[in-house]
Amino acid sequence: MRRIILMATAGIFVLMVSSLAFAADKEPYKVGCVFAVTGKASWLGEPQKNTAEMIAKQINDAGGIDGHMLELYIEDTQGENNRAKQAVKKLVHSHDVVAIIGPSRSGTSKILIPDMQRAKIPMISCAAAESIVNPVNPWVFKVAPNDSDAVRKIYEHMNKKGIEKIGIITGTTGFGNAGRNQLKELAGEYKINIAADETYAPGDTDMTAQLVNIKNAGAQALINWSIVPAQSIVPQNMKQLKLDIPLYQSHGFANVKYAEAAGEAAEGLIFPASRIMAVDTLSEDHPQYNVVKEYKDNYEKKYNDHVSTFGGHAYDSLHLVVNALKAVGPDPEKIREYLETANFVGTAGVFKFTPEDHCGLDKEAFALLTVKDGKFVVLGE
Amino acid sequence: MDQVGSGFSDFLQFLFMGLQRGSIYALVGMGYNIIYNSTGVINFAQGEFVVFGGLMMVTLTMTANLSIPLAFLLTVLFVTLIGVLMERFTIKPVKNPNVLRLIIITIAVSILLKGMAMCFWGKGSHYMRHFTGSDPIEVFGATLLPQTLWIIGILAVVVIGFVLFFNHTMIGKSMRACAINRDAARLAGINDRNMVMLSFALSAGIGAIAGIIITPIIQMDYTRGALLGLKGFGAAVVGGLGNSFGAVAAGMLFGIMEAMAAGYISSHYMDAVALLILLIVLFIRPSGLFGSADAARLREF
Repeated sequence: MRRIILMATAGIFVLMVSSLAFAADKEPYKVGCVFAVTGKASWLGEPQKNTAEMIAKQINDAGGIDGHMLELYIEDTQGENNRAKQAVKKLVHSHDVVAIIGPSRSGTSKILIPDMQRAKIPMISCAAAESIVNPVNPWVFKVAPNDSDAVRKIYEHMNKKGIEKIGIITGTTGFGNAGRNQLKELAGEYKINIAADETYAPGDTDMTAQLVNIKNAGAQALINWSIVPAQSIVPQNMKQLKLDIPLYQSHGFANVKYAEAAGEAAEGLIFPASRIMAVDTLSEDHPQYNVVKEYKDNYEKKYNDHVSTFGGHAYDSLHLVVNALKAVGPDPEKIREYLETANFVGTAGVFKFTPEDHCGLDKEAFALLTVKDGKFVVLGE
Repeated sequence: MDQVGSGFSDFLQFLFMGLQRGSIYALVGMGYNIIYNSTGVINFAQGEFVVFGGLMMVTLTMTANLSIPLAFLLTVLFVTLIGVLMERFTIKPVKNPNVLRLIIITIAVSILLKGMAMCFWGKGSHYMRHFTGSDPIEVFGATLLPQTLWIIGILAVVVIGFVLFFNHTMIGKSMRACAINRDAARLAGINDRNMVMLSFALSAGIGAIAGIIITPIIQMDYTRGALLGLKGFGAAVVGGLGNSFGAVAAGMLFGIMEAMAAGYISSHYMDAVALLILLIVLFIRPSGLFGSADAARLREF
């Protein structure tokens, strides 16, 4: 027994010494990540986790931040509120992180606001809902562009084309509902008349009934706002019904697989999306060109998967924190102050944060894209 | 086109949509019934059979580039094998099978299958080409896709195959005997264990067929099982649990009522229609539209 205790003690000492030796030069900077890596929102969380790990490795391989290694603590929320709360508690109390990036979903982001306020640690959410930063909480930021700006981008284009009377068809998920409300709310501002308002469930296989009603209502264009694969059926059904009006999609269409699934019927449709979806056709003079090109190339080489806007949100939030650490060091309050005036060129757009605007993006974060030969390209004006 | 003509073609359009939706509910509902008849339980992994059918078909046609008939056959065999394995390894070894225990096992299997589908096929959605092009066919001013014809046609073939199998083959008759009275069937020399295995095989095969024919339209990902299972379950209940033709009729009723609701009332209430029918039937005729109230009373569940 005595020998075991002695050996164990010796072992612990060895461990302590070796960990001391490891961190001999400078304390590491600790950043917490809360992503929905598994569960129903894993298509958001997984690319975010991959991105964060990739960036941390790049930074540490290059010698860290002024000699401090960047240590990431990645927690999986499974897209659930309770797990997100527990994860943040663990990160704040056990790991002493100086900032948190994530979560992936709007609901989990909102529920964490009081926790961040109490812990006095800044959080940069990767979710889109405007209510995350409105009203502004000093400790909460977000890097995903606003849904309403996507609506504005579409309506602006319609104004330019002289389209006044439209139909909308939305998915019955959270994303679709939020979009439907925004579309209806902003229609007046752009003098657009919504003549038909239809919905479909994520499991639906045929939208011809809804489209017949939109056709009979005399719509000059159709907006299909959804994030589920079922949205690819709409262009196909339109072709089937010979409903030959311009089709606009939401940024939820920004997944090349959806365009592939809709096939020929998707050619020429228009949707607002982050420029990262069409890097190959982006002008090299664009301020974001270098950032999105580098991120896309690195990510696709490392993970052998299509780059996504969601992974880009992790890129933006982690780089913001890294910039802050470079500028002000590992003090949460100083990082918060830095973020409130940060200017940053990221994958989602050119950010200009102010104490009143914790998102820092406007509608120019979206470019209008179209589908050409099954690929996303920037729409020529 | 004049008002009457356009009204009729709209109606026809809604009907086509309803038939297509209904066929899928019907196929999934039939799958539930086959296992219900042989074991008295609802197999919660039924939706997963549909998912595996769809995903396997995508792999065989889009990645392995097999022809559609060959891929169809291989996929059905593959999923049937999963059904057989499920029965042999999770249902058969249970010492005291009661309804609750078996249902919980099927839930566990559905979670397991879902996880496996995620590992093998990843989290994204997969699509495949339509069987025979996607050029619409025009019928009296309404249009339908060739795939819709395939869906309705394959449902018809499956239903006819069922009638022949259950009424004109010894195995089919033995399965029916087990469904009606298991003890009596055993006394008559029927191996009821094998009938249970066969029912899982058939049910998985039908699930696979449903998955194969809808994937070109809706794409497939590993999370779809529960959603696809739900409406099919509704159809099975409304048609009278255990009554496969009831499930077909109820599935069609669901599909057509939903399409009509979307067309004539509002698509916002489309999903409510199915639930409304389900509630009304459960209140007025708890044994289902085509189920026998006397038989229902004798059931454990």
